[in-house]
Amino acid sequence: MGLLSSSVSITRYFVKGEINGPTIETVHGGLQKFAISKLDNDESVETISGWTSLEHPYNADFDRDTYLFGNYFVFCLRMDKKSISSRIVKKHVTLEINKRLAESKREYLSKNEKKAVKEDVLLLLAKRIPATPNVYDVVWDYEKRSLWFFSNLKAANEELETLFTKAFNLHLIRLFPYTSALYGGTELPDEKMDQLGNLSATFFME
Amino acid sequence: MLDISVAYNRYKFIGNEFLTWLWFMIDNEPNRLFTTPDENREIQIGSRIVIEKGIENTVEKITIKGDDAGLEEGIMALRKGALVTEIHLVYKENELTWAFTVKGESLNLSNLKLPETGPMESKEDLEAAVLDRIYLYEKALIAVQSLFGRFIQLRVSNDWRQQVIPAIKKWIAA
Repeated sequence: MGLLSSSVSITRYFVKGEINGPTIETVHGGLQKFAISKLDNDESVETISGWTSLEHPYNADFDRDTYLFGNYFVFCLRMDKKSISSRIVKKHVTLEINKRLAESKREYLSKNEKKAVKEDVLLLLAKRIPATPNVYDVVWDYEKRSLWFFSNLKAANEELETLFTKAFNLHLIRLFPYTSALYGGTELPDEKMDQLGNLSATFFME
Repeated sequence: MLDISVAYNRYKFIGNEFLTWLWFMIDNEPNRLFTTPDENREIQIGSRIVIEKGIENTVEKITIKGDDAGLEEGIMALRKGALVTEIHLVYKENELTWAFTVKGESLNLSNLKLPETGPMESKEDLEAAVLDRIYLYEKALIAVQSLFGRFIQLRVSNDWRQQVIPAIKKWIAA
């Protein structure tokens, strides 16, 4: 679900830290350096992620594609994953074990041999199965230190947080109730911060 | 500052109390929700509300769905000590309407639907379309943050114990 979709989910972040040097060039460099590569060509990897552009999510080129819209940096996190059904793995492992037993004229394989068969099968299947792409949009207002990520999925949010730090050397603080009171834009005055830390749950029933 | 994951879990209740307070305010004092009188802004309960009560290690959950659903069961659950954990809201500002769900523990917005915007007819329209939508998303996010900001100021003040809790207790007991 992207920012141009009819229905979206948004996770809000506060961006901690500042870019040293020219902002646009530094962001451009971070997007280029951590742009998604082509997983389909890197056959042994199950999952890969990186930045891509809003205009061409499946064929990004940050020298060609726009990522600056007004005052906002707008780009996408793409996560490509090769999902292999456990039933397919089971089928191929069973067939391979039977083949090896027949070839060696033995009655059973050891635990380590079975483990090796499974690893071989997973590698072989990963080469054959194309990766499924998932694209999540990012809107970053550098001046306001605010970032919106168009997904509430835990894995996608965690990947964004890791990649963002690697790419721009800045930290993302997810805005949930406690952090919203600190960084959300309607912050509490300093003298109230201790009271926030000491809050305990209210019971409304009699 | 506390470790983020510790803070998330320890203060989850703040978000659920916020949504419970928000329901109370919508039901009782809707005109006092937004402090700036210059804009025509209002917020209403939408088509879904989730109320939960933790009992030891289990959770009792009630979901009320439907555009005209009665919320009496929800009030009964509040009487038993439950809190709102998720709420669908309809926000109106100057004749534009947004609809979205807010989750208490994360304050994440989901199923966010914006007011109607024109179709994008060419590639050149992309920048305008993106900026239009950012403007509209920001309106909804500012509204939620402004409501939460109002709540949290109240929550750390003496008024919470002296005025708000008695008023909410009276509301759910009525």
